[in-house]
Amino acid sequence: MQEIKREILTAKAAELLENGTVTRVLGWKRGEFDYDVTPAVFESAAELEEGFVWNDFCGANFSKYLIKETAKGEGKVLVFLKPCDTYSFNQLLTEHRFDREKVYAVGVPCAGMLDISRIKESAEGVLAVRTEGDQVLVDTLYDGTLTLDRAELLPDRCKHCKSKKHVAYDELLGEEGEVLDSHRFDEVEALEKMTPDERFAFWQNELSRCIRCNACRDVCPACTCEKCVFDNPESGVENKAAATSFEEKMFHIIRAFHVVGRCTDCGECSRVCPQHIPLHLLNRKFIKDIDNFYGEYQAGAEVGSRAPIVNYTEGDLEPGEAVKRGETHA
Amino acid sequence: MQRIGVFVCHCGTNIAGTVDVKAVAEALKTEPGVVFSTDYQYMCSQAGQDIIKNAIAEHKLTGIVVCSCSPRMHETTFRKTAAAAGLNPYMVEIANIREQCSWVHKEMEVGTEKAIILGKAAVAKVNLNTPLIPGESPVTKRALVIGGGIAGIQTALDIADAGFPVDIVETKPTIGGKMAQLDKTFPTLDCAACILTPKMVDVAQNEKIRIFSYSEVTEVKGFVGSFDVTIKRRARYVKEDVCTGCGLCTEKCPQKKVPNEFNLGMDNRRAIYIPFAQAVPKVATIDPNYCTMLKTGKCGVCSKVCTVGAIDYKAQDEYVQEKYGAIVVATGFNPISMEKFDEYAYAQSKDVITSLEFERLTNAAGPTQGKLLRPSDGEHPHTIVFVQCVGSRCESCAEKGKEYCSKICCMYTAKHAMLTRDKYPDTDVYVFYIDVRTPGKNFDEFYRRAVEEYGVHYIKGMVGKVSPEGKKLKVQASDLIAGKQLHIDADLVVLAAAIEPDKSARPLATMLTASMDTNDFFTEAHPKLRPVESPTAGVFLSGACQGPKDIPETVSQAGAAASKVIGLLCKDKLTGNPCVAHSNEWMCNGCSTCEKVCPYGAITYIDKEFRMPDRTTKVRRVASVNEAVCQGCGACTVACMSGAMDLKGFLNKQIMAEVDAICK
Repeated sequence: MQEIKREILTAKAAELLENGTVTRVLGWKRGEFDYDVTPAVFESAAELEEGFVWNDFCGANFSKYLIKETAKGEGKVLVFLKPCDTYSFNQLLTEHRFDREKVYAVGVPCAGMLDISRIKESAEGVLAVRTEGDQVLVDTLYDGTLTLDRAELLPDRCKHCKSKKHVAYDELLGEEGEVLDSHRFDEVEALEKMTPDERFAFWQNELSRCIRCNACRDVCPACTCEKCVFDNPESGVENKAAATSFEEKMFHIIRAFHVVGRCTDCGECSRVCPQHIPLHLLNRKFIKDIDNFYGEYQAGAEVGSRAPIVNYTEGDLEPGEAVKRGETHA
Repeated sequence: MQRIGVFVCHCGTNIAGTVDVKAVAEALKTEPGVVFSTDYQYMCSQAGQDIIKNAIAEHKLTGIVVCSCSPRMHETTFRKTAAAAGLNPYMVEIANIREQCSWVHKEMEVGTEKAIILGKAAVAKVNLNTPLIPGESPVTKRALVIGGGIAGIQTALDIADAGFPVDIVETKPTIGGKMAQLDKTFPTLDCAACILTPKMVDVAQNEKIRIFSYSEVTEVKGFVGSFDVTIKRRARYVKEDVCTGCGLCTEKCPQKKVPNEFNLGMDNRRAIYIPFAQAVPKVATIDPNYCTMLKTGKCGVCSKVCTVGAIDYKAQDEYVQEKYGAIVVATGFNPISMEKFDEYAYAQSKDVITSLEFERLTNAAGPTQGKLLRPSDGEHPHTIVFVQCVGSRCESCAEKGKEYCSKICCMYTAKHAMLTRDKYPDTDVYVFYIDVRTPGKNFDEFYRRAVEEYGVHYIKGMVGKVSPEGKKLKVQASDLIAGKQLHIDADLVVLAAAIEPDKSARPLATMLTASMDTNDFFTEAHPKLRPVESPTAGVFLSGACQGPKDIPETVSQAGAAASKVIGLLCKDKLTGNPCVAHSNEWMCNGCSTCEKVCPYGAITYIDKEFRMPDRTTKVRRVASVNEAVCQGCGACTVACMSGAMDLKGFLNKQIMAEVDAICK
């Protein structure tokens, strides 16, 4: 279970609604199942009491929702942000995508969210899921209650959590966390060690499952264009029929390029992918390369920072050197 | 639909030798929009241009593709041709089938195939071209010259002579540069100071010229005709407009042990100093690294002796901002460091010196008052060995030397050798060389005189090792013509060190967005036809910053750069480039990425009211391009994720069409 109880969040939200600080609350509500949690807007204490959810499946990052929600009118929006969400929050502020004055941000500590697909690998007919210490108890339709190891059920982004620290908030519930030594590039390194043919085969296999549902783009807090190139017939990249199997990769490669230097590695793309494609690895490769070529840079660590990719300093790597280092980190 | 004409140029055999031009013209005939296609021997000739003009009229062409040389060569020519025939000049596209095709391919088949593909890409682009109208921008009638050596001085004098104000920025406390440190100059042997210092005085007295000495350029913004430059005036702790240059402070200063850089550290100066007697401006400067008052707050002697109250210990660096229409780079050169050349024992022995140090040793204002004395013991040297090409033409020693020829060393070494024999006939002088290069007016005659009249021993071969032994320098060398090893006991060894561009050149090039070669020499717009212009409009090159040069060449180039500047400053307005960025405000996210990558500061963000489709009004933050400032580099268009930013004349969809045409 998460460290902070649901009641503390709803009480905080009700209090802020009550005293007029905010008029709307961005929170999570139950979908069809316990683990099927979806973002929602609450406008009263009664609504909160009825529908607000805070459990191990509240992975959704609300930063992007603020663009539309803050534009809707007067009054502030209360948003609950987990540590990783705050990076996206800052990045969007850097890009002037919403008005900070219209938001009241409450930081919530996070013990890592669970990946339902991993649970389903061991449990059929999941009814309810609850964490007890290091274990997860799963009530199932067919096999009664199963006990699983919680660490095994974390999605990759939580297993390699980069930070428990909130980099933005108006108010923080619970303790201030720290930036972690995450080993999040281990998997990228493993890919780098492959031969180009092996790597191509790996991505060919992964991306061939893509059904172009656009969920990764729609959820991505870095994908906030007024008009996405993939929705724009003028852009010349929209809706082209894939003439070869390589072209099905183009969508993801173009998208990875578009979020370069802006991706905070929040991992939402992989969370929402119905085909379980590890899309975050593409972005992580770019992050690793930027760190390697230009020095460590975490998008969204602070508001207003200039990503190395859109910055020029005299110390910047000469292209030849980049190629040389690229060869050893291909 | 466009009506496109295609004109394929033979360029004599330059193109036709490797490209079947008739086949290219034929193949492009069937491309979408093409209504006319032909070939001709020289499209750029009057007759060739007439073919284009006639075709535009006859076939009512709305766009043309010329398959010819690089657009850098003749794009302007063909744009003018189109304009003369009533077509908008931006409806012209060049397919470069010479530099990018015929010159790089050997086989007709391959060359022809590629030429057709390049032609198809150009046709695909023209299909999407729209007429563009250039704007105008004003010209600030003032020039900036960066560097106050002989190159900068000559350029500034010539520009000022034409009536335009000029500012010289010099990092040292005085103008004069390297030439001020020289003794005599080849091939006429007139004294450097005698011909340079009158020019320095001319600069000082010229009302059109301002000198910012002890200063440096820290920021350059803007573009040709309208550069905004920030100049840092380093604190010299002496009020420039008050100091009379009497020099009393420089005699009384108790800090006597400061290495004198003007004499290359071979003697000492005071902490407050005037670099040399004819310095311009003749103003003292306090060296903050050595001044006791500035370091400890205790002393103040110079302030006490100064009769006009010019000393100001509290002075701060100041920043001057000024607008210029043109910038001339004249940052000059330095000899390379000899520290790494262990074989010549430069670091081990005081009696192994560089040629520039030799100049100071023979100069009447130098550390020995012009007497040629060994730095180690002050004795007269009887055997002198000159080593040429130390670090020059050094292909195998790239880590310590240079691959290029430093050009000036053969002549100044001949001069040194000749002058030494003239003044001290009892001295044996050896010159070791790879070969002697004397291409210049009266240069070879000069060198012959050194050998024939003055009896200098010129030996073809390189010195392998110099080792100090007692008072002597043992020189081991090979005589390639006699085919034997030589051992010479020398008293003095003089190294003709390679020269390299001043270290300030690279950061300056970055500020100016001017290109450099791998040796950090500034690149000219064309090595033969535009030798004094940088490829960056409004930036001109003068002197050794562009490549090794002697004084006569430097002065000619300085004058040439000045004439180019004058030609620019004479204009009241410059025709702009209509290929500028523009933002589709409906698609703009307001993210500021384009603003961050714009090197010209042409993009700002504004809050603008929009009438939305649902009849509400919304204020959105959108990018706005200042078309007068935009240089059309396109950095913003590639940085913009949504594709809201686009470049006129190079629209994203035009480039995609070219790519599609090539990949089809």
